Amino acid sequence: MQEILIMLLMLFGAVLIFLAGVGILRMPDIFLRMSATAKAGTLGVGLILTAAALHFNEFGIYTRVVAIICFILLTAPIAAHIIGRAAYFDGVPLWEGTIQDDLKKHYRISDHALYSGEIPPEEILVPQKEADDFSEEPE
Amino acid sequence: MNILWNIILLLISLGFICAFIRLLRGPYLPDRVVALDLISVIAMGFIVVYAVRFNQVNFLDVAIILALITFLGTVAFAYYLERRI
Repeated sequence: MQEILIMLLMLFGAVLIFLAGVGILRMPDIFLRMSATAKAGTLGVGLILTAAALHFNEFGIYTRVVAIICFILLTAPIAAHIIGRAAYFDGVPLWEGTIQDDLKKHYRISDHALYSGEIPPEEILVPQKEADDFSEEPE
Repeated sequence: MNILWNIILLLISLGFICAFIRLLRGPYLPDRVVALDLISVIAMGFIVVYAVRFNQVNFLDVAIILALITFLGTVAFAYYLERRI
């Protein structure tokens, strides 16, 4: 009985991790990619860790697993938020099918400031970046 | 039962390969950082599956350290990206 439960949890975790990989490969935009990896990856590793705790069935393992799961649940959203913020400020273009961009008229690129009112249009333009090309030599 | 273990390891490896392709293809630096983040999460899952498969309790400590280092690395990359402009 417990064997079946462990294998089911591990299988679900592996499928979720696989879906996170497919999501990061197929999604059109960095923000959509992050939404796939942050959620599916966290849940997949959490299920696998739960299966490991059930398999070993000792007090020390349970504490370790709970510590890892709590740490992942705390840090994965923070990391995704920080990377998304840095990517937006860096000028990574959004997907062309994006419907709403709430920061568009309220963010000034020169000093990274956010304003509640609208600011002049020559200051709001986030520069559209070219894709990073590491083939040329740095100056 | 053995086939099930192989399926689990195969699925995790396929996710790893997808994340690695995204790490190679880019096109921007934040994409690569997200791919690195996912790769370390997948490696953590792989280590835990390995620990259960071969009854090695000590590998769970490696997973703890990997979780800590992953978060620090992502924060450092994000700091670098914001200061780079």
